Amino acid sequence: MAIIEVKNLVKIYKTGDIELRALNDVSFKIERGEFVCVMGPSGSGKSTMMNILGCLDVASSGSYELDGINVKTQNRAELADVRNHKLGFVFQGFNLLPKVDAVENVELPLLYRGVASAKRRKAAVEALERVGLGQRLHHRPSQMSGGQQQRVAIARAIVGRAPIILADEPTGNLDTKTTVEIMNIFTELHKEGITVILVTHEPDIATWSERVLRFRDGQLIADEAAPKGVQLDNEVKPEDI
Amino acid sequence: MEIIKTALRSLLGNRTRSILTMLGIIIGVGAVITMVAIGRGAAQQVEGFVAGFGSNLIIVFPAPPNSSGARGAAGSGATLTLDDSNAIANESFSIQNVAPEANGSAQVIYGNSNWSTSFTGSTPEILNVRNLEIEQGACFSDADVRSAAKVCVLGPTVVKELFGYADPIDAVIRIRNIPFRVVGVLKAKGANSFGQDQDDVIFLPITTAQRRLVRFGTRVDSVRRINVQARDRDSLTAAQDEVKAILRQRHKLTEGVPDDFNIRDLTEALENAESSAEVMSILLGAVASISLLVGGIGIMNIMLVSVSERTREIGIRMAVGARPSNVRVQFLTEAVVLSLLGGAIGIASGVGISKAITEFIKWPTLISPESILIAVGFSAAVGVFFGFWPAYKASRLDPIDALRTE
Repeated sequence: MAIIEVKNLVKIYKTGDIELRALNDVSFKIERGEFVCVMGPSGSGKSTMMNILGCLDVASSGSYELDGINVKTQNRAELADVRNHKLGFVFQGFNLLPKVDAVENVELPLLYRGVASAKRRKAAVEALERVGLGQRLHHRPSQMSGGQQQRVAIARAIVGRAPIILADEPTGNLDTKTTVEIMNIFTELHKEGITVILVTHEPDIATWSERVLRFRDGQLIADEAAPKGVQLDNEVKPEDI
Repeated sequence: MEIIKTALRSLLGNRTRSILTMLGIIIGVGAVITMVAIGRGAAQQVEGFVAGFGSNLIIVFPAPPNSSGARGAAGSGATLTLDDSNAIANESFSIQNVAPEANGSAQVIYGNSNWSTSFTGSTPEILNVRNLEIEQGACFSDADVRSAAKVCVLGPTVVKELFGYADPIDAVIRIRNIPFRVVGVLKAKGANSFGQDQDDVIFLPITTAQRRLVRFGTRVDSVRRINVQARDRDSLTAAQDEVKAILRQRHKLTEGVPDDFNIRDLTEALENAESSAEVMSILLGAVASISLLVGGIGIMNIMLVSVSERTREIGIRMAVGARPSNVRVQFLTEAVVLSLLGGAIGIASGVGISKAITEFIKWPTLISPESILIAVGFSAAVGVFFGFWPAYKASRLDPIDALRTE
């Protein structure tokens, strides 16, 4: 069974009398463990798609099933639980809490799941070690580089063992070397069986994935295998760049 | 626990602001406690005075003699007698206790100690009327009153002055050189609000006092006053009417002839004083509550600012799975912690200021546990009440918009 199934999804934004169809009749499936890129120019509807997939927003019509859950019927509190258990978010701007250290940032999803303090800490430390930040457990975001902050964000996304990671331009603010580091982490997670969905407008990034969903003017215009051209670069170790 | 820790940390992150916000609550709670303490102090002073007498008390005085238009002082007449007192006790329905008084002052001697004090001749009912209790021994009896026995009950001050630490019971003291056997000692009552020592007293049977110690008017059985205690508050008026009717009949006063006695309702006057102290207490408390209210609005204001400042944080928390209720509880907890902390500091400063007022301005203050409880409850309520709206606003934020906010 597909982990994500979207059927005839429509999202309409209304500003006064003007109706904007941000998504128009979009349907696709994503199988468990896939590495998918969502691409398209700005205004194509890919961000709206991402918000709906991330249960941060609900569609105007059509259906969205996430791991067997019909998202449409969930209320705000239930959507929060779905996000907590099924999804891990990685944002372009990292979106870490500035006043607490790495461990506490990573603990956050478990806090809202009601996990006991000691267990939470253990899981958070493990997740940070997993992304190579075992030495920076108690640094605050302001004391870390962009790449390190993004790795904290990834640790936060995986700490709850969510089956899906949604990444919105995760390398948009990073230099090439760091981008490769981050993309390698996503690749590893994908190999472990986590479903990775990544929004980007950079064709280079798409080459790391297996499948690309292209959007334009609110419609899914292409559902194709990822471009292979630069795929070899994936194997390049960061230090070679 | 976790929630409180998070709240504390976020409050500590904005130390100056938190302290300034708390200041409103600190001043409010401090003011409530101080003001109520001042009001209670005043009320207690009045209460202390009331406690010197029994409740529901009517006092009957002889009318001053009125010879050729020149009137004597109140109570200086001699129209009331022990028989009047007995008649009131026997014939009135609304009365609980009747205690006639014949009093004076005298030198008392025991061994080689002597002391000048006042004595009151009365019946055993005087204990109820004056709210007195026996500490040791017993009061003189009705039989003692009938036989005019030379026995007496001493106040603790008199005991201390005459006996030091020796046992006074069954000792014989001399009042104006007449020997009296001590049968009882009163429980200490302390000074009343006028600074008068209520323990510097001697009680003895009224008949003994009349025959041996005091003499006023022309009759041996005249009394200085009759204390009448009504059954309860409601029968006060009836008791007054009955006393008046009984006395007019006994004194054979025909229609149109003025009373040869005066009836005073002491309770009423004292209750008035008490209730005005109460009103003062309430007024002071009300004024102080307003500052508490203003403090609460300050908290709401700051929490609203805090919510809009931390929109992004709220968005992040929601994205990783915080339910609206989690967000609401978080902000509500911050508001409550803020106001409870302010409340605690306010209590400390309120208690301190009250003590300082008593110490330096010499105003009596009484810090009541209730006012502290109320202050704590009130500041928590202020936190919840004024924290709720900002918290609700935070919980209604749209996660997407919140995440987009810079």
